[in-house]
Amino acid sequence: MTFHQTKLANGLVVIAELNPAVHSVALGFFVRTGSRDETAAVSGVSHFLEHMVFKGSEKYSTGDVNRIFDEVGAINNAATGEEGTLFYCAVLPEYLPQVFELFANILRPALRQEDFGMEKKVILEEIGMYDDQPSFTAYENLMQTHFAGHPLGQSVLGSKESITALSCDQMRAYHRDRYLAGNFTLAIAGNSAWSQIVSLAEQHCGHWPSGTCGRATHEAKPSGGLKVITRPKSQQEHIMQMTPAPSAQNHLRFAAEILSVIVGDHSGSRLFWELVDPGLAEAADLDFSEYDGSGSYLTYLSCEPEAVSENLARIQAIYADVNLHGIRDEELDQAKNKVASRVVLRSERPMGRLSSLGGNWVYRQEYRSVDDDLTTLRGITSRDVRELLDAYPLGATTTVAVGPLESLS
Amino acid sequence: MPEQIIHTHELPNGLTVVIEPMSDVQSAAFCFLIPGGSAFDPASHGGTAAVLTDWIIRGAGDLDSRDLSNALDNLGVQRNESTGLNHLAFTAATLGANVPAALSLYADIIRRPQLPDEEFEGAIAGIEQSLRAIEDEPQRKLMIELRRRCYDAPWGLPTEGTLEEIARITANSVRAHYDRCLRPNGAILGIAGRVEIPEMLDLIGDKFGDWAMKPDSSMVTGPRGERIGHINHDSTQTHIGIGYDAIEYAHPDYYKAWAAVGVLSGGMSARLFTEVRERRGLCYSVNASLNSLKHEGRVLCYAGTTVERAQETLDVTLRELQRLGDGIESHELERCKARAKSSLIMQQESTPSRATSIARDWHFLKRVQTLDDIRRDIDELTVAGVLDYVHQHPARDFTVLTIGPNALKVP
Repeated sequence: MTFHQTKLANGLVVIAELNPAVHSVALGFFVRTGSRDETAAVSGVSHFLEHMVFKGSEKYSTGDVNRIFDEVGAINNAATGEEGTLFYCAVLPEYLPQVFELFANILRPALRQEDFGMEKKVILEEIGMYDDQPSFTAYENLMQTHFAGHPLGQSVLGSKESITALSCDQMRAYHRDRYLAGNFTLAIAGNSAWSQIVSLAEQHCGHWPSGTCGRATHEAKPSGGLKVITRPKSQQEHIMQMTPAPSAQNHLRFAAEILSVIVGDHSGSRLFWELVDPGLAEAADLDFSEYDGSGSYLTYLSCEPEAVSENLARIQAIYADVNLHGIRDEELDQAKNKVASRVVLRSERPMGRLSSLGGNWVYRQEYRSVDDDLTTLRGITSRDVRELLDAYPLGATTTVAVGPLESLS
Repeated sequence: MPEQIIHTHELPNGLTVVIEPMSDVQSAAFCFLIPGGSAFDPASHGGTAAVLTDWIIRGAGDLDSRDLSNALDNLGVQRNESTGLNHLAFTAATLGANVPAALSLYADIIRRPQLPDEEFEGAIAGIEQSLRAIEDEPQRKLMIELRRRCYDAPWGLPTEGTLEEIARITANSVRAHYDRCLRPNGAILGIAGRVEIPEMLDLIGDKFGDWAMKPDSSMVTGPRGERIGHINHDSTQTHIGIGYDAIEYAHPDYYKAWAAVGVLSGGMSARLFTEVRERRGLCYSVNASLNSLKHEGRVLCYAGTTVERAQETLDVTLRELQRLGDGIESHELERCKARAKSSLIMQQESTPSRATSIARDWHFLKRVQTLDDIRRDIDELTVAGVLDYVHQHPARDFTVLTIGPNALKVP
């Protein structure tokens, strides 16, 4: 595998990890804009705009966009989060020029009023769909409560009210201000040639307006809280808890990643053996998420409502033990073996490499090969985990519950 | 495309091994299908096979539950156990070099499970929790209940049973299911990735060669549920499920049926997405797929929409399904072909998907299609051929199930 990078005159960064041994190539336009960059008046616009990009440009109609992606057999999609919007696809190498031109073109979308009105209905349906998934409701409310007063607390989907009130002109202004060349990272992984990539980028993105966008990245200092959303007819209670963890720029993030595997992986972890294996809970996981300037540990528990108090006490006891005594060497070795295998398996597909390639650049302007990741992983010690726990202990700063319970003690 | 080597070997006891070595990867994966799935659950004891699937990994050979889990984790095994209608399915992926050791552990899991009393309650409770969680997710609940109305029992029954049935299951009834159903004859082991064929065959002969055959298991049959139905739920959306007759994977016309569904739902330019979502904005999620048992198949569709637009969504969706017989444009078929060929090539980058594909092919076809075979079948599809299939198997006599605040009028 070889790594290449360049920056166009307008500020667009292009990076590629090329591998002639694979059959496909994955392409991702990473835009550094998400719900944390929105004002309250346009809540949900980043995600809505992501949909509108696929509605076409002056050159391509909605029908053209859908047709061309299907004609070349592309696997394509897009995703919007708190801090980024990603447009991606995987294709056979011979089709890269065609999908590149299409993606680059529709990233300057027409934003037609008629399409805007139609897609608004789809976004409102999407909000309705997630409303019928209790774990999503819990997550949405947890983020808003935990990061209250900090930009990370702003909803990705927006609300029924904010989406209904949003105008096409507001979206046009948001696109004009945020989709600047310097706010993009173009990442390519898989079977392709660097000279072709550079010439495609210059030809199709070289005229994009230059400029970058600032973002306040001060670390969130959550004051915590409790929110209970009662749904009397539900069977299970869904609990989510959040507490601060290292940011995307903090060297402790590697230790946080491995700690979440040891304590809260979906199998073989401390939470698994204490709660899931004996059948006390349907799910009990710990995840680590890194953001620009902030980070979080997320605990998820799904169980019968009567079992919630005891299960939460069990989780707190595990966290207290880990905070006090750290982790055992054999737990660390086992987690390293698990993660190393995941890294290698994921890296065998260009689509699997794309998110790590783009993510490392967007957050840290660095390239990390699979070998770099494996070397770092092997080097983590229980002392690193101790340093992490001293700075960012496990806990439950904020709690949200969705289910039959009316209150949580 | 590099030439594919697919090696098939049947042990005297009826266990079939299918191996596809892949040279450009470090990993390897296997998919082990063992007879004894939920179709063989005893009468009124739905969920028996599902409990066994959970319980069987809680200790095997000399290792207790925790030691076994640790051993698999230390080999970097990413694993999944699931209950199918015909089989219990065990899939595992790790570095190719670790596959022999992983396979040896699975020989213990499958042939020498401890099935200890003290782990039984945990296995049962896990299934109960999972059944309760489904009640809170109307979309998942809908598709499970739609199957019950699309296929006769046992094929349409939920693999995890019901809460009432789970309450009847005892440790001994699950052990009896293991003794009665799990066997080498009819078992399929698909392996794909960085492995050596002779080394694999020696190991498998050593670990499974003396596994004794068993007679066929019986199953309890029964009728399917009502064709039209509604389940009340105070959900935000109305969730709509539709089913109609199609054909099975082994049918000579299978790829025609696949293309017909592809024209409806094969990509962003397909008809359901275009008519229901893009032109009318009725849904975020609308799709159709071909679902195959060994002896029959159905098209299953889903659409989720807000209550006030649910009737229109149902009407538009049904009209699109029926309209397929009026004609298909050649460019619609060409796009299906392009998508299929691209996904076939990309499969070669994933050892878990190849292991699963070759095991599934053997189950349905008693042979494995190479990617070239499939590509040839896809290339040979014509609009006239696909339309002919649609006319022989028209979208009609719909099974329709809805979940939401109000029932809909089904034409």
